[in-house]
Amino acid sequence: MERHLQPDLPDVAAPERRKKRSKAPFGLAAPALLWLLVLFVVPMIAMLSLSLQTGNSLEGFRQTFRFANFTDALSQNGPFVVRSLRNAAIVTGIALLLAYPVAYWIAFYGGRFKNVFLFLLLLPFFISFVIRTVAWSFILSDNGIVLGTLKNIGLLPESYRVLGTTFAVIAGITYNLLPFTILPLYVSLEQIDHRLVEAARDLYASKTKAFTKVVLPLSMPGVFAAVLLTSIPAIGDYVNASVLGGPGTTMIGNVIQSEFLRDRNYPEAAALAFVLMAIMLVGAVIYARVLGTSRITEA
Amino acid sequence: MSAIATEPRQEIAPAPVARRPARRWTRFVLPSYVGAFILYLSFPIFVIILFSFNQTRGGFGTSPRVKTTWIGFTVDWYKRLFELPDLTAALRHSLTIGVLSALAATALGTLLGLALARYRFRGRAGADFVIFLSISAPEIVLGAALASFFVALGISRGLSTLFLAHTMFSIAFVTVTVRARAAGLDPALEAAAMDLGAGPITAFFKVTLPLLFPGILAGFLLAFALSMDDFVISQFTQGPATMFPTWVYGATRVGIPPHVFAFATIIFLTGATVAMVQALTQFRRA
Amino acid sequence: MNDRSPWTDPSWIRGMTQRRMSRRDLIRNAAVGAGAIGISSILAACGVSGEAQTTGPTAGEEGSTQWWADMKAQGPGDHINFTNWPAYIDRDFSIDGPGSRPSLYEFTKATGIDVTYRADINSNEEFYAAIRPALESGQDTGHDIIVMSNFQELAEMIALGYLIELDPELHPNFDQYAGPNFVDPVYDPGNKYTMAWQSGITGIGYNTKYVDEPVTSLDDLLNPKYAGHVAMFNNSPDAGCSAMLHLGIDPETSTPDDWQKAADYLQTFNDSGGLRGWMDQAYLTAIENEDLWITMAWSGDILNDKLYFPEYATFEFTVPDAGAVIFIDNGCIPNKAANPVGAEMLMDWYYDPTYAAMLTEWNAYFTPVPAGGKIVQADAASAKGADKEVLQTIANSPYVFPDAEFAKKLHNYRVLEGDEIQTWNDIFNPIFLT
Repeated sequence: MERHLQPDLPDVAAPERRKKRSKAPFGLAAPALLWLLVLFVVPMIAMLSLSLQTGNSLEGFRQTFRFANFTDALSQNGPFVVRSLRNAAIVTGIALLLAYPVAYWIAFYGGRFKNVFLFLLLLPFFISFVIRTVAWSFILSDNGIVLGTLKNIGLLPESYRVLGTTFAVIAGITYNLLPFTILPLYVSLEQIDHRLVEAARDLYASKTKAFTKVVLPLSMPGVFAAVLLTSIPAIGDYVNASVLGGPGTTMIGNVIQSEFLRDRNYPEAAALAFVLMAIMLVGAVIYARVLGTSRITEA
Repeated sequence: MSAIATEPRQEIAPAPVARRPARRWTRFVLPSYVGAFILYLSFPIFVIILFSFNQTRGGFGTSPRVKTTWIGFTVDWYKRLFELPDLTAALRHSLTIGVLSALAATALGTLLGLALARYRFRGRAGADFVIFLSISAPEIVLGAALASFFVALGISRGLSTLFLAHTMFSIAFVTVTVRARAAGLDPALEAAAMDLGAGPITAFFKVTLPLLFPGILAGFLLAFALSMDDFVISQFTQGPATMFPTWVYGATRVGIPPHVFAFATIIFLTGATVAMVQALTQFRRA
Repeated sequence: MNDRSPWTDPSWIRGMTQRRMSRRDLIRNAAVGAGAIGISSILAACGVSGEAQTTGPTAGEEGSTQWWADMKAQGPGDHINFTNWPAYIDRDFSIDGPGSRPSLYEFTKATGIDVTYRADINSNEEFYAAIRPALESGQDTGHDIIVMSNFQELAEMIALGYLIELDPELHPNFDQYAGPNFVDPVYDPGNKYTMAWQSGITGIGYNTKYVDEPVTSLDDLLNPKYAGHVAMFNNSPDAGCSAMLHLGIDPETSTPDDWQKAADYLQTFNDSGGLRGWMDQAYLTAIENEDLWITMAWSGDILNDKLYFPEYATFEFTVPDAGAVIFIDNGCIPNKAANPVGAEMLMDWYYDPTYAAMLTEWNAYFTPVPAGGKIVQADAASAKGADKEVLQTIANSPYVFPDAEFAKKLHNYRVLEGDEIQTWNDIFNPIFLT
């Protein structure tokens, strides 16, 4: 959230300051921006260039400006893209449903212990997400602590399994991304002035109405941020599909990773990565338009 | 859509909680849900900690693997923590890169955050956009781009490329954190210092930096956590220098050595303690 | 003495040298991977990345005679990094520390060289992908000995010059004791780069705790009773050639049309919804955890589990009636290895019949050392007590010592050359990516 930068300083000082300050920001900003330029912008360009080449890893690649690589990548891997989008949509939906009440409760009823609750929520994420995912594959194993116990009691058939199903993958991704959903929601909800809710109640609105008419709309920036921060990583995820999934769960991230690191089919992998990013950007822009939020950078 | 601008929320005491009791049981629905939710989030952690004390049975492999059923209690794994040289090396790589990249990212990001918070300059919008992109770009795309870059230039992947990559993705997060903090600083303080005779550099170091410090520290911790946690980008840029999450990921194919769980427990407890200490000191300050 | 060892049985050797499976054919077809001719012709055409070694290293270069002379003058070093597949080296779990791998320990005692043994290889593809960045940039991979199957990856490593040529003077045991089937294989003429480690059969492994019907073919893996607890191998030689055999096609002479038929058959596994996954070595942990009940498997893995671990006594290995393929895993030395002299010494150590026997007595795979096989038979005959049953099972097992009759069921992979590689990959790889 932007605040006004120029304080109410005496006008005498203003002209001087303006002259002095013209150089300082570049000096401050330059090192970081340079690093980002060289290691973020340039690699993106490198990837674009790679995506237009042809060849193979044994013979080498040459630049041929083959735009067909993009259409090829999409046509060959269409099902995986669709699957990733579908999974991401489900994950985002579930995550929102799960996270919203929690964020709401902490923001409105957390009182002095707000930070404690937030801390407790974020505590598990001190362990690397790979290890957490591995822990889930451990927990959900066929005869492990959860399924094994249920099977021994007889609540589940012997051949029941969770690992290797789409359910496991979606559950894993949702679990890993929940903090990204909760935090923006919380930040946004926390800033809502309670007096507005009170005012609504004073005007004879029911609790539910006060929520839907006052709180929900005001929390929309948070919802927007939450949706973006959840769906984007969800689309590109491949660790959950790899650790918790099986046949029929491969996502586009798995394809890109295997093409890049194993098959060394660089042009196709790069083209796929670009297609993925393009889809996300387009999606984000459309979503922003629909919601009416103009400045996406506000969060 | 405009939220009514008010003073920062912390200054107004929230209205009393139990205003409208409605029916008894609904009061407990939400809190119980939140409690269950927290338990659900923490469940894998409990399992990891618990099974780090589990015995194993020798399998086909060369080192013990965690069994999915409870066999017996042992503290063996904590005693044999450094038994697996590859695992120890991977952890060492992760810690080294974590600290180094966090330091670099903090230095760069603090300066950038300060610049963005304080000044209007040409290219500011561009900087904003690049920062936003680098935060929101999916890791797989970032990793693929970096790998393309290194491959195209023939730079062999290893610890140096890891350092470059980790610093890169951490800068944006540090920038955002420091910028938020800097935006809350009253520039009049710095002006006052200079009015009292301090040069701009001295004012910066004596006034601005100390005030920024909580934000800088938060940024550093965030950068460190991001680096330790990173898997995707590391996979694309590490070459032969395996990092800890990558090693664990590879180990899942044939079974996780219990040492991993022991390490994870230690890391978790360390992180939790650090966070608690930081939180407590903030409480005291407030 | 009941000498059942095939390696000394003239009739078996005759059988193995029959027209259909002459020694030359057996060796030639024991590899899937471009013949050396195929790859170099591709690479001769261009070469931004990847230069084929069509001639040996020049003087002074790694692998040349001069270079080896220099390395030997420096001595065999004091440490070797040996990276292998799991379940491939003998273990003694009653001992902690280096003694827990007896044959390796003997080496350390004899030479004073420490060995760090890692069983980190779970699939040729993944492992090659992991070490390739170092190989490409001419760095030490961190491994002195690696063990690669006779698949495309090994062929590519040889063609790209990623392996150090072996010193002919450093493998006397190999020269004296290596079985004829493992000398001068088609995927490595003259054994310039590799020495076979062990060889095995790709068949079907299952847990009789859950599988009570007889298992005779790959179709049994489609049985709905086992849905969700079935796995197949995710490497195209094993899966593709096994599928072809199932359809009655001989892989060695198969055509792309045959490959397509095999791929279609494999696709039925995807469509059945019962497949747990396309797996690599990870299948072994999965079947041990009882996540899998029936799966494609490698012979020694299952036999070793069954014989040496009481909790896995219900495991069984079988070869489908239609036949199965044989693979050969080979020890080789990647470029820039820290201790190439020690590495080759260690590889040659296992061609001493005593230690070859120790390997097979544990891991139940084919040994490349006939004399070692004889020792296994002798040990089995004279064994007492608990060992007796285990050793006799191994000595009598057709999966370790096949007789002529059983050998008819064993086949070799399809050798791929030139454009065939791409065709093959295009047909089979999409199956595993679902």
